[in-house]
Amino acid sequence: MSDVIALAGNPNVGKSTVFNALTGMRQHTGNWPGKTVESARGSFCHRGKTYELVDLPGCYSLLSHSEEEEVARDYLCFDAPDAVIVVCDATCIERNLDLALQIMETTPNVVLCVNLIDEAERRGIEVDVELLSRRLGIPVVTTSARSGRGLPDLLDAAAEACRRPRCAPAEGPAPEAMRYPAAIERALEGVTGPVSAMIGGRADTRWASLRLLEHTDGFERAMLDRWGIAVEDHPDVRMALDKAGEQLAREGYPLARLQDAIAEAFVLRAEVTCLGAVSQPPAGSDTRDRKLDRLFTSKLTGFPIMLALLFAVFWITIAGANVPSEMLADALFRVQDRLVGLAQDAGVPAAIWQPLILGVYRVLAWVVSVMLPPMAIFFPLFTILEDFGYLPRVAFNLDRAFQKCSACGKQALTMCMGFGCNAAGVTGCRIIDSPRERLIAIITNNLVPCNGRFPTIISVITMFLVGGATGLAGSLAAALGLLLVVVLGVCMTLLASKFLSKTILKGMPSSFTLELPPYRAPQVGKVIVRSIFDRTLLVLGRAVVVAAPAGLMIWLLANVQVGDASILAHCTAFLDPFARVFGLDGVILMAFILGMPANEIVVPVMLMTYLSQGTLLEIADANVMADLLISHGWTWVTAACVVLFSLMHWPCGTTCLTIKKEAGGLKWMLISIAVPTVMGLASCFAFANGARLLGALFGWAV
Amino acid sequence: MSLAETEPGQTCLVTSIADTSRIRRRLQDLGIVPGTRIECIGASPLGDPTAYRIRQTVIALRREDALGILVQGGAHV
Repeated sequence: MSDVIALAGNPNVGKSTVFNALTGMRQHTGNWPGKTVESARGSFCHRGKTYELVDLPGCYSLLSHSEEEEVARDYLCFDAPDAVIVVCDATCIERNLDLALQIMETTPNVVLCVNLIDEAERRGIEVDVELLSRRLGIPVVTTSARSGRGLPDLLDAAAEACRRPRCAPAEGPAPEAMRYPAAIERALEGVTGPVSAMIGGRADTRWASLRLLEHTDGFERAMLDRWGIAVEDHPDVRMALDKAGEQLAREGYPLARLQDAIAEAFVLRAEVTCLGAVSQPPAGSDTRDRKLDRLFTSKLTGFPIMLALLFAVFWITIAGANVPSEMLADALFRVQDRLVGLAQDAGVPAAIWQPLILGVYRVLAWVVSVMLPPMAIFFPLFTILEDFGYLPRVAFNLDRAFQKCSACGKQALTMCMGFGCNAAGVTGCRIIDSPRERLIAIITNNLVPCNGRFPTIISVITMFLVGGATGLAGSLAAALGLLLVVVLGVCMTLLASKFLSKTILKGMPSSFTLELPPYRAPQVGKVIVRSIFDRTLLVLGRAVVVAAPAGLMIWLLANVQVGDASILAHCTAFLDPFARVFGLDGVILMAFILGMPANEIVVPVMLMTYLSQGTLLEIADANVMADLLISHGWTWVTAACVVLFSLMHWPCGTTCLTIKKEAGGLKWMLISIAVPTVMGLASCFAFANGARLLGALFGWAV
Repeated sequence: MSLAETEPGQTCLVTSIADTSRIRRRLQDLGIVPGTRIECIGASPLGDPTAYRIRQTVIALRREDALGILVQGGAHV
């Protein structure tokens, strides 16, 4: 069996980068805390031996009660890895040492990896590795995982640590045990005997005794689940614990004070360990960061810059994606003609090749050509902002608004992820500690439009609201329109969050600590490669998987005749009266329903239905498309309602499934479908009827 | 006085965390214990939360949580 090495560390210290560098895997990384929300596993070979590497969620300590911290604690305690690499950020070793010291209590086989050493050197911070190692009694290795520096040494140290027995430290440097105030040490003495007999060497006795003494959340439950040991079955342990508890209370350490004292002991030990071993950064070493912070978060410039950046990202995406989208569509549809020719030559019956080529292939070609170019531009741009460290500043700027809605500022981060893909945004909600606030973030995530909805919104805006402007003016106007739609989406997110926290998810805003990490120069080349492989292809792959069966279904609906019309026509006729109440029509509503597997196909399905065609239709010229829609009764009111409904309707299929998984139940999935849909219908109703009313009053054409 | 009353640019020393603080443990994890130096860096555009420098890192805290951190000093650096 291969040795297991766990990778632990505070959030945002480059743990995922170390993991990727060691395993060659592509765990997502970014300059904001909390990307790793479940433990990833990978393996690597070192000097002919295979090791398994487990990437634990980032956490500040093992003593707290957030989900990540319990996961990490339970893993270290109950799964007993052969060695643990604690990754810390060289620019703030002192704070990171807390966690290292706590982990050293659970196992002596710890290696301290001081990562981001290049960053620290740039800031003029000096680290005396020898001294740190001597004081801690564990190997210390400096690395710069981004460039690969120091990784061989880290592997050697970790391999060496695996060879040591887990519980009794062998020769060589042995970790020095944490010392607590005398009263606590005395109380421990009375407890360790019975506890040792109870757990029988399954974990470090002193560590387990402390957890029992300070009633660490969930520890007794985890002990029962994982070892089948209940303290209640060991009266001697319970008695010793009670006695120690009373003694501690008498000596000035009631439970709350005991917990404080333990936490303080780690902080102070970390401080003392670093004294003289890690130099303070010279004054002014972060002047540049603070200047950037003033720029990005000041009253005057914070919000304008945020909007400008968002606008720039949208504009580059729109302007840059046009040409490649068309080229890709041309190429893929040419392949389709070739396929049709081949199928006919081979004598394949039309009943088989038509649904497969005109149904499945055509929808796939459409999804790929519409989605791929904007995503291949949007994701790298977004990842550059992420790498740079801008996203936490967005959360910092917007937190007040979320607080007013009794939600968490980190929801701003998950909202940003939603621009890329709502399913990814929903998964990202795990960074929010409070379950109530996490649910709010999950339910409202769909209110920011994802990449798949951009094409619908952009094309409708271009056709009706931009007024047919082309070239630079057209793309700028489309980007501005999209920006306004997104701002509306953010407002709706806040409104829905507020509504949820006043109704089904009642509660007070919980506390919130947000780290504003140092800015890092984004590695543009790596960012592009990484975001294309990790995000773009992933999202595209997922869309293709759901779009293929949808293509078949759409083809069948459009081509199977019942009576004098296709099933599709029957459906749209049935939906029409209902849809008209909301300023839409049956075709539009049906297109959104059929677009559930992949939002990209909404517009092509609409065009196909209007023209009573059997296959998806592409009309390259915006003016031709606009004329077609106008001839089917579209006005600017219809266009605005389509944009509103595109912004606010049910989440796509993938997102729904993700919600069900993340929120833990069908109920939350249904609520997540209902909330945006009701909001969308209400907005469309209000807008359409408001416009009609005003139109009747003032004699406008609507 | 509490941390919430410090002005940008001021540095102070933590004297205690109020018993009523909802996030004692979290604050301790961030290295906020009696004796820790904290520098106020600045508020967000909407006035809350505020960024503080704590042990070489910058952490944003909401006003309500900063009220639970009792400090002394407040000298301009």
